[in-house]
Amino acid sequence: MDSELRINADLACHILRLFIRDEVLKVGAVGVVVAVSGGIDSALAFWLAVEALGPQAVVGVALPYRQSSKDSLVDARALARALETELIEIDITPQIDAYFEANPTEDQNRRGNKMARERMSVVYDISQERSMLVLGTSNKSELLLGYGTLHGDMAHALNPLGDLYKTQVYQLARHLRLPEALVSKRPSADLFAGQLDEDDLGFTYAQADRVLYHLVDLREPREKLEHLGLAPSVVDAVLDRVRRNQFKRRPPLIAKLSSRTVEIDFRYPRDWGH
Amino acid sequence: MAEVRPLQLSLVQAQPRLGDLRSNLDQVAHVVAEEDRAGQDLVIFPELNLCGYFLKDLVPETAVRLDGPELRELARAAGRATVVVGCVLESSEHLFFNAAVVLRSQGIAHVHRKLYLPTYGMFDEQRYLAAGSSVESVELDFGRAGRWRVGALICEDLWHPSAPYLLSRQGVDLLVCPSASPGRGVAEPNGELGTAALWGSLIRTYSALFTTFLAYCNRVGFEDGHYFWGGSRIHSPTGEPLGQAMDDSAGVGRRELDREWLRRARIAYPLLRDERPELLRQGLGEDHGGL
Repeated sequence: MDSELRINADLACHILRLFIRDEVLKVGAVGVVVAVSGGIDSALAFWLAVEALGPQAVVGVALPYRQSSKDSLVDARALARALETELIEIDITPQIDAYFEANPTEDQNRRGNKMARERMSVVYDISQERSMLVLGTSNKSELLLGYGTLHGDMAHALNPLGDLYKTQVYQLARHLRLPEALVSKRPSADLFAGQLDEDDLGFTYAQADRVLYHLVDLREPREKLEHLGLAPSVVDAVLDRVRRNQFKRRPPLIAKLSSRTVEIDFRYPRDWGH
Repeated sequence: MAEVRPLQLSLVQAQPRLGDLRSNLDQVAHVVAEEDRAGQDLVIFPELNLCGYFLKDLVPETAVRLDGPELRELARAAGRATVVVGCVLESSEHLFFNAAVVLRSQGIAHVHRKLYLPTYGMFDEQRYLAAGSSVESVELDFGRAGRWRVGALICEDLWHPSAPYLLSRQGVDLLVCPSASPGRGVAEPNGELGTAALWGSLIRTYSALFTTFLAYCNRVGFEDGHYFWGGSRIHSPTGEPLGQAMDDSAGVGRRELDREWLRRARIAYPLLRDERPELLRQGLGEDHGGL
């Protein structure tokens, strides 16, 4: 991990635990529900939530599709066992296959997005049933790169990981001693067999995080990023994704007609009254 | 002359409910009554404690007036204590100020309106609030704890040295700083929070530089993902902390302020005596406006 991206892990974990506890308890929710994919991000969010709220107030949900890696479910189960937390398992194959039987496509992106939104739909139903908030697992790298499904994994009430780059997620996971199988696994959206994030993106998270840190946190202009020693094509590919996916980070646009419009000049904090 | 006893000061690290004036008033009145019963002289609350910090369009909805029922209610709860409470204050011209109001059972003793409204990064105060334009202090009689000249500055005010400097020229014994500081900066692998480290050095430096007691009262809790880190503390006129800084949980920190410390500090470090404000006047003359 690049040394300039290293953070104070104890302090960061402390703040994130307080954040989860404060935001959950003050709105009167019972706890949180987390979609546990078997990957590092959801594992860390799940882990922090249990540390913040206790195992009784956290529910994990594993939502495999028939082509999902079997290891993902094994790792999700191991994690829930380690945390002594409930894990609900719901196979989304029937509804996904029923939909694509009626609307066939070979487009892996469409299929993947549909699955991500199906999972979100199930998790929100459980959150209502249990009076729990949906805890998000999108990290800062994914948010900036737009590597996520709108109204899928990007839909949630609270996100403890949204200001942590992927490499920092690994740092915290190692710091908290998450199971080695999770920490050493290569990141995958697991939308189809053998898929790897870094193949999809065309660069590694380590590369992207350095570019993003200098661009976003240090506010360096594009022409100054040459000193990172990365191929210009990688820098450009990262910047292009950041710009192209801005829409995923914002609420939908509303056509302004009146003198007071939601999201434009009707401005209230989300924590209004809490 | 009867011997002067130390001033008993309470720092209240509260977590107000955002936009819920009623519940915050109840909470403040409850704590004030408790501190009064404990014999505390001065009870300090954080910035905007009656309404919460990231208010946006809630500013006019949670504002109070100097002659309104809310501050009267708190004055009634004060008993023998003096209270510094943060709120949005609506003027008769319907301007909204971020204010620190000094209350006693007899009524309002002093008001400071925040001078510097941060409007950058995560802050948006100038969009919603009017800026104060004067730096004043007040002499408060604490009975057997003596008379103290007290000045208040709110959070960002302290980051502009002219504000504490002007209070220092008025001879303040105690500078109080109600704050709602959102924490950021976890980059130092083994250090403290970036914001806390900066505030810590500022408080220590200013208390020593102006040879005055400095009471910093920050809030705790979260608003829309922003972490208020607490860390309330008092430093002596020679810069030393009076006890440990508070952590980031809600609670009250009680401290004793011995007036003798002011005398010792100003003998040992006569910075107040030696200050030369005429240099400032010369340097800032109309031809040397700089920026």
